[in-house]
Amino acid sequence: MRRITLRHCIALCCCLFGLFSLSTHAAESVSLDPLLAELGEAKIKDMEPILVRIEAVSDETVLPLLRTLLNGNLYYIKAEKKVIGQFETNGETYYKDVFTDEINAGIDKRDVDKIRVNNNLRGYLRNAIARIQLTSKSPSVRENAVRELLSKLDGSTVAVLEGLYPNETNKKVKDAMGLALAMNTASQTELAASNRIAAIEKLSSSLENDVRNLLTTLTRDDNTAVVSAANIALEKIAQRANRFAFVDQLFFGLSLGSVLLLASIGLAITFGVMGVINMAHGEMIMLGAYTTYVVQMMMPNYIDYSIWVAIPAAFLVSGLMGVLIERLVICRLHGRPLETLLATFGISLILQQLVRTIFSPLNRQVSTPSWMSGSWEINPVLSLTLNRLYILAFALLVFIVLVIVLKKTPLGLNVRAVSQNRNMAKAMGVKTNWVDAMTFGLGSGIAGIAGVALSQLTNVGPNLGQAYIIDSFMVVVFGGVGNLLGTLVAAFTLGIATKFLEPTTGAVLAAILVLVFIILFIQKRPKGLFPQKGRAAE
Amino acid sequence: MKIKTLTSAIVLSGATLIALPSLAADTIKVGVLHSLSGTMAISETTLKDTVLMMVDEQNKKGGLLGKKIEAVVVDPASNWPLFAEKGRELLTKDKVDVIFGSWTSVSRKSVLPVLEELNGLMFYPVQYEGEESSKNVFYTGAAPNQQAIPAVDYLMNDLGVERFVLAGTDYVYPRTTNKILEAYLKGKGVAASDIMINYTPFGHSDWQSIVSDIKKFGSEGKKTAVVSTINGDANVPFYKELGNQGISSEDIPVVAFSVGEEELSGLDTKPLVGHLAAWNYFESVDTPENEAFIKAWHAYTKNPDRVTNDPMEATYIGFKMWANAVTKAGTTDVDAVEQAMIGQTTPNLTGGIAVMNKNHHLSKPVLIGEIQDDGQFEVVWKTDGVVAGDAWSDFLPGSKDLISDWTAPIKCGNYNTKTKTCSGQNY
Repeated sequence: MRRITLRHCIALCCCLFGLFSLSTHAAESVSLDPLLAELGEAKIKDMEPILVRIEAVSDETVLPLLRTLLNGNLYYIKAEKKVIGQFETNGETYYKDVFTDEINAGIDKRDVDKIRVNNNLRGYLRNAIARIQLTSKSPSVRENAVRELLSKLDGSTVAVLEGLYPNETNKKVKDAMGLALAMNTASQTELAASNRIAAIEKLSSSLENDVRNLLTTLTRDDNTAVVSAANIALEKIAQRANRFAFVDQLFFGLSLGSVLLLASIGLAITFGVMGVINMAHGEMIMLGAYTTYVVQMMMPNYIDYSIWVAIPAAFLVSGLMGVLIERLVICRLHGRPLETLLATFGISLILQQLVRTIFSPLNRQVSTPSWMSGSWEINPVLSLTLNRLYILAFALLVFIVLVIVLKKTPLGLNVRAVSQNRNMAKAMGVKTNWVDAMTFGLGSGIAGIAGVALSQLTNVGPNLGQAYIIDSFMVVVFGGVGNLLGTLVAAFTLGIATKFLEPTTGAVLAAILVLVFIILFIQKRPKGLFPQKGRAAE
Repeated sequence: MKIKTLTSAIVLSGATLIALPSLAADTIKVGVLHSLSGTMAISETTLKDTVLMMVDEQNKKGGLLGKKIEAVVVDPASNWPLFAEKGRELLTKDKVDVIFGSWTSVSRKSVLPVLEELNGLMFYPVQYEGEESSKNVFYTGAAPNQQAIPAVDYLMNDLGVERFVLAGTDYVYPRTTNKILEAYLKGKGVAASDIMINYTPFGHSDWQSIVSDIKKFGSEGKKTAVVSTINGDANVPFYKELGNQGISSEDIPVVAFSVGEEELSGLDTKPLVGHLAAWNYFESVDTPENEAFIKAWHAYTKNPDRVTNDPMEATYIGFKMWANAVTKAGTTDVDAVEQAMIGQTTPNLTGGIAVMNKNHHLSKPVLIGEIQDDGQFEVVWKTDGVVAGDAWSDFLPGSKDLISDWTAPIKCGNYNTKTKTCSGQNY
């Protein structure tokens, strides 16, 4: 049985009263003022009773207040004994009345105290908002409100839902309400077992967490028939949930694969096509990430669009740095792989120290644009995080563009010609020096783009590149040197393999196992998954 | 005005340092062994500044035993073996009377043999895994029973948590702490199936499947919490992933032992709001002592935005106690000061009185705070009184019979109460 606290009862009755007398109370906010003043002066532990009283004397008009408080944006003006919301648009802070939206320009940061909330209060506020929203005009808001309340089904909430259920016209909302009522029926021990079992059967089609929690508690019920029905329902839910869990896992693998693809695709060009072992590749990624940071610093008011500026900017910064490195160092060490390795390793250390000196050794904070945060909830057990979805799509896009560049443009033709037979290409009038520089610039520029994507997932710091250089080489070697398609397949194979290993072995062991697997694989097929064939091979 | 006198004091002490090397014998030397470069510089530089500020304050009060205090700062550069080397340099070349230093457990373990060989004295100001008590070290940070155990108690008693995820970075502090916590939870009747333990490498950034596992673990009908000993960098992507997968602090709260004000400053705190941390000190605690300390810190650093944190308080308490012990002993001789230290008291910055116990650990209050979006903590729970630091955990089979008592007649860091013997090592 769920516990029905007196507090909730009072709150709900009053809330109901508020609902039914909605039209008659026009000037509600007047009576709120002393309560709000009390709220502003109260300690956190004394705030809940005050909120109950606020909820009791008000209706939908109080929603903005509760929301502002929930988001931690409600402030208290001590001198005027008033509350005010603090908002931020385009990096500017301003204060406005939460009810009238009137901007109050005369308020300084020092005049106001923040009204702090804790987890208990946040939980209470969420439920209070849901209770008020049960009668909202928008069906989706109503549905979310019902789902929010599933975890806190007490007698009074159920009474409200029972009242609303017959008149509900939207099917989705009605289903959600039906679910809540079924949960209530199933948990009532005094009801006949047959009713409860029917309710449990109805519940077995839901994937909601709260339903599973309830069914788990029902498996400890006194009535054996109810217990077995609950077990069957749980079994049915688990089967469906497992299918979705598999999809989830696959998505994690694809997402890791896309990160690996982005990090290694630039290397596939410089290492794979040009044959240069570029230890500074990771630092090109890091430069891209720092470019994102700088771009965000320069346009603090347009964080949501900064990414679109950062992508070309990062390509240019890293690409130019790549051309510079190629012209100054690598072209002078042509055909001497060991020296190239050491020289590029030195360059990577120089670049890291440079970033430390300019930006400090501390990690920099890159904000995630609002359209990239959150997740796409397909059902209660399967939700795909948006940032990873975008990065997956972005990685594939970069890959396709790169393939087109190499296959369809004059530059691509020259690159392929030089990588297949340098002397012949030279004899045909290809400026190999220029092609080398461009190829290296292209590879580095793509690494820079990878940095933009990675800045959304991981910490932007001087060591960012080092975390990815090993993985990048692994992918390129595994996929087969000089083969872009191999890089694609290898990145996704390794990503998915790691993610399917991780739950059973843990993150540390999974990484080791993947590495051991690659070593063994290379023993068997030294040229990777897709070796180059024909004259191009040697 | 204050800043002016402060700077002149710094200049003055600096001038004495340079101009009067022949008078070195007339100063009391304090060694500072904190990394000023490398990965740990972020955290340790603050502690170096704290010691310098304390030295400065003490000198303004007329120094100690009629002598000025002189700080000798060295940089072990986050390089663990270098801690031993620099520690030796401080004790033999600079002949310091006391060292304040170290952050990571491995750096402390590195300098420990040197301290014992040369009979030095060190104050260690960071929370750690316990299972150690040296005659030459005073531990002013929290032992596991002053941070981890109360935090878990809070989760069980106040939040009704029944399932625990122990997530940590893969090294000695999380591993030992989690071992202690696991034994403690099992002793409290938590089933093995309700405890999930997970280790990740340093700087781990791909948290998708781990967070998804936590989510699944938390959706089986029992209230679940994460006890995090995840260290440093890896925390940001971890909390971000929690936010992205829609896990709020109300559903599955995370209580962290390595996330403090310093780590939160300059970080997007939105995904962290409502999650918890357990410490002995929070900057937000409103006491006159704390207010004065923060004021002094802002004045000393000339930066009103600098935050204060728990290891800083530990350094503060350590320095105050050391100064009192030296005054009481009338000398800076290590053995005399070590005995004078035991029983020393200093007011905590968070209220109450810190006491140095016979086992070289402090008695301090334990606080649990919720992260706010301004990077500060709101205290949601506090122990009634102070908790005495326990060097040897009572919950590990290997150490439950061991105690540390550096007073006569036991004088031993690992005395077995069953066999009534000291195991013979010094630590």
